[in-house]
Amino acid sequence: MSTSVLYDTPGPRAKVRNALLTVLGVVLVGTVLYLIYAGFDAKNQWDGRIWEPFLQAETWEFYIIPGLIGTLRAAAVAAVLALIFGAVFGLARLSDHRWIRIPAGAVVEIFRSIPLLLLIFFIFYLAPSLFGGGDYAFIALVTALMLYNGSVLAEVVRAGVRAVPKGQSEAAYSVGMRKNQVMRLVLLPQAVTAMMPAIVSQLVVLLKDTALGYIIAYVDLLNTGFKILPAAFFGSLIPAAIVIGIIYIGLNMALSALANWLEKRSRRSRKTAAPPVAPPGASVLGVGPGAGSGAGAEAVATME
Amino acid sequence: MDELITYGPQLLEGFLENIKLSLVAGVFALIVGTLLVAMRVSPTPVLRAAGTVYVNVVRNTPLTLVLAFSALGLSDTLGLVFSGVPRTNSFWIVSLGLGAYTAAFVCEALRSGINTVPTGQAEAARAIGLTFFQTLTLIILPQAFRAVVAPLGSVFIAMIKNTTVATAGGLLTESAANMKEIFDTTGASIPIFLGIVAGFMILTMPIGFFTGWLSQRLAVVR
Repeated sequence: MSTSVLYDTPGPRAKVRNALLTVLGVVLVGTVLYLIYAGFDAKNQWDGRIWEPFLQAETWEFYIIPGLIGTLRAAAVAAVLALIFGAVFGLARLSDHRWIRIPAGAVVEIFRSIPLLLLIFFIFYLAPSLFGGGDYAFIALVTALMLYNGSVLAEVVRAGVRAVPKGQSEAAYSVGMRKNQVMRLVLLPQAVTAMMPAIVSQLVVLLKDTALGYIIAYVDLLNTGFKILPAAFFGSLIPAAIVIGIIYIGLNMALSALANWLEKRSRRSRKTAAPPVAPPGASVLGVGPGAGSGAGAEAVATME
Repeated sequence: MDELITYGPQLLEGFLENIKLSLVAGVFALIVGTLLVAMRVSPTPVLRAAGTVYVNVVRNTPLTLVLAFSALGLSDTLGLVFSGVPRTNSFWIVSLGLGAYTAAFVCEALRSGINTVPTGQAEAARAIGLTFFQTLTLIILPQAFRAVVAPLGSVFIAMIKNTTVATAGGLLTESAANMKEIFDTTGASIPIFLGIVAGFMILTMPIGFFTGWLSQRLAVVR
């Protein structure tokens, strides 16, 4: 239990106090749930009619599944591109040549600090004037996601390679390997193991951010589920939000669970000398002597 | 460059909206996030579970959905209205949504701060006879707060960048919506884009540097 630092095993008085707090907690949570229920009830949101579309196969076939495919397609393409972008620029930032290192660093820092939506809008409006008319929603979304998440991943790659103890590369050089060999055969294989959890948790962020496509009318889950579906079934707006919310949460939690599993695995792995890289955004925490047993694993919270 | 000058006042006004949004949502997120972390570390299983559910649900939902739901669901369908003026109402609805979303991340940052305090610190405090309240306020929290300065800084930087998503919540006066509107008339304009980006950098970079500097200054040497 990660919170054990805060209190002792309860004695008789503390047990009574805890029981009282539990009752109070139940009442509090119950009140909030009841208020939500009553609020919905007042606006007839429990009406069977508006929930019914979600029991019909057609709703899923024509609205939700195509949207989900759109979301997953954008996420998959953007993830692959972002990983390539991240690997290239992460390694470029580690280069010994200043003329590679500095421009790569500038690119990474700039794209990391631009709000993603502004980047999407810009590419969305820039593309037609460069390449002629057409539908650029997918391209704009994927390119922006690649640039932003790729830049974050570049930092992860850099941190991963740096996390490999210096002795590893010194030993490799001393047995006569070239720079290229040291990176390819010694540093990278160990770094990849260490940065796997951080990469997966950034991919969760990427998957969540595909929902920004809604704003430029890309046909994703949020668009078909929250714009087109409620227009077809009048009044089903809130049920639609709840259903697609559950789908998004399920997808992301599955990915997060994968990240936690990878983290646990890399923690006990003997294949790497590098400690696991903290996910971006939680960078200061989760490592070091103070980290409790669950601190690193649970600090997979990343925003943006 | 001419475009940037022509549309300057409008852009500036939109940018001010982003700043106002950040301030309101930031304060709201801090308050709710602190309450949530109190729930998540409390000795009461019910409150702990409620906090965990909130954080996991909100953290895994796209912000676009949260804001679109706040506007179309909470405000239009369920009738949560702060003001009769649509623009003011959107502002408060978006602040509420963004604050509620950011609160989950604030909670996680604070909680991982408590986790960085070694168990030995609390054990030592109890061993010299400090009460629970004394242990918490004199030993644990001072160390925890120092550890979360930098992560909280990055949460707030991310939140400032996220104010651009306010468009999804129907607030059409802030920078992103402004930029889109201008692009609709002028086409993609590089100076305008760079101008807005520079604005955000001027806003976020000092926060990053300041919290980084502060966290190093306050770091607990163990």
